[in-house]
Amino acid sequence: MHTIKLQNFFLKYKKFGQSTISLALSDINIDINEGEHVAIVGPSGAGKTTLLKSMVFALRPSSGNLFFENVDPWSMPYKKRHTMRSKIFLSSQVPHLPARQRVVTAVMAGKLSSMSTFSSLVSLIYPQDILGVKKALEYFGLEEKLYERVDRLSGGERQRVSLSRAVVSQSKLWAFDEPLSSLDPKRAIEALKQLIKIATDRKLTFISSLHQPDFALNYFPRIIGIKDGSVFFDCSSSKVSSGLLENLYSTNI
Amino acid sequence: MIQSNEKNLNLPGRDPLWYSRLFFFLITLIIFFPLLTTVEFYPWKLFEDKSTEITLNFLASFFPPEFSFNFLLMIADETIQTIAIATAGLFLALLIGVPGGLLICTRLSLSNIDESPNSLGSFLRYVCRLLLIILRSVPELVWALVFVRVIGLGPTAGVLAIALTYGGMLGKVYSEILESGDDQYLKNLALNGASRSQILMYALIPQNILELVSYSIYRWECAIRSTVVLGFVGAGGLGQQLENSMKMFNGGEVCTILIMFIFLVFCSDWISKWTRKKLI
Repeated sequence: MHTIKLQNFFLKYKKFGQSTISLALSDINIDINEGEHVAIVGPSGAGKTTLLKSMVFALRPSSGNLFFENVDPWSMPYKKRHTMRSKIFLSSQVPHLPARQRVVTAVMAGKLSSMSTFSSLVSLIYPQDILGVKKALEYFGLEEKLYERVDRLSGGERQRVSLSRAVVSQSKLWAFDEPLSSLDPKRAIEALKQLIKIATDRKLTFISSLHQPDFALNYFPRIIGIKDGSVFFDCSSSKVSSGLLENLYSTNI
Repeated sequence: MIQSNEKNLNLPGRDPLWYSRLFFFLITLIIFFPLLTTVEFYPWKLFEDKSTEITLNFLASFFPPEFSFNFLLMIADETIQTIAIATAGLFLALLIGVPGGLLICTRLSLSNIDESPNSLGSFLRYVCRLLLIILRSVPELVWALVFVRVIGLGPTAGVLAIALTYGGMLGKVYSEILESGDDQYLKNLALNGASRSQILMYALIPQNILELVSYSIYRWECAIRSTVVLGFVGAGGLGQQLENSMKMFNGGEVCTILIMFIFLVFCSDWISKWTRKKLI
């Protein structure tokens, strides 16, 4: 079953102070199956984040179609579309966590869509499922920060809190935007291995944009290269040669 | 191949926003100066001989402040009433302002999260916004005059007057505070399917709690000051006492009451500082 299918997907935007319309994404055709692990690579500003957000219907297409589990979220009423969002977990590149929130609450926020309003209110007074949160933090070696306030954490620790959010969420699809950008190389590999292990165990569809092409090559079976808003290549990682990567990151000025 | 490929190298060397900035600056000047003449703003008149004499005589009548035991006892009683009017009024205002602010807050609209058109929602928000505007555009003094007529002299009129006007203000400012910060906090949750109340509890409130609290306490301070004016029309509290003393040209009593007001505002300022320190 296709989890995500983009068909002739275009996304236009207007540059600030200019009248011309630019293309952030241009004629994208991608199928992603359930349970697949896919890395998105490409130079800065190529459209990795835009593509990721478009896949989880966070950005509305200018033309073309997106199908999520064989239905088009943009053709349904916004309330239904919002209900469908509980199936996905989108993690932004900069983890925006409220400064005065504690880690236990910030992580718990990852599973809000599977919690009732009442139990999420109770959780603010006394955190529910402390053990679950602790277990999620343990994957990334952060369990001792359970009751620490978010603003006392370093950038890398915040990013790991954000990853723990994904672990507690009950979503079927993970979409990460550069989940390793503030981690040191050793931590980054450990975190990525944990994420892949959990995603495999839970049979999740796992899509991640990555800045480091070698991580993508070593840990993801399928790689999509994005350049100037278009798909530059989309193939299994064994077929990605160093020459192809060279071309992907080269700028033609 | 595609448009974004074309590098736009003929960017203007001049800041593209310069003309609009200059334009709005000039417009402000052009509007501002006629306004000054309209309000007859002639500050030098304050320092003419005749004015100084009046001012000095008025101030001289303030001394010595009235500190007799019976008067102080009465002032203490009125002070408690003032605090009670302000607190009860603000509490009722919260009952209007909190739901009102949440209703008109666009950040809490699910259709706004992915920019879907929802004309019914925007219409309802507009109606609520209009109600809040009506509530706060009638000054509390006018509400007090109405209530004094309906339910008679006394603190109840003051409480209701503060509740209505301040309810309108709180609703507007709460929604603006919630809309002011970075919207990534709420989008992080909303795009993963969190409901509106969850977005409020886990993103908007923790993100803006300091501003919300300090604005609420500031409004309480305003309510205390507002009771002076309301007291003049018979809505109880220190204000009513102030009016009596002024009518009797008893400068000493006026001075004591003013000292009391300064003390109350000082306390509110201290409470605000203390709460913020606890929250940070």
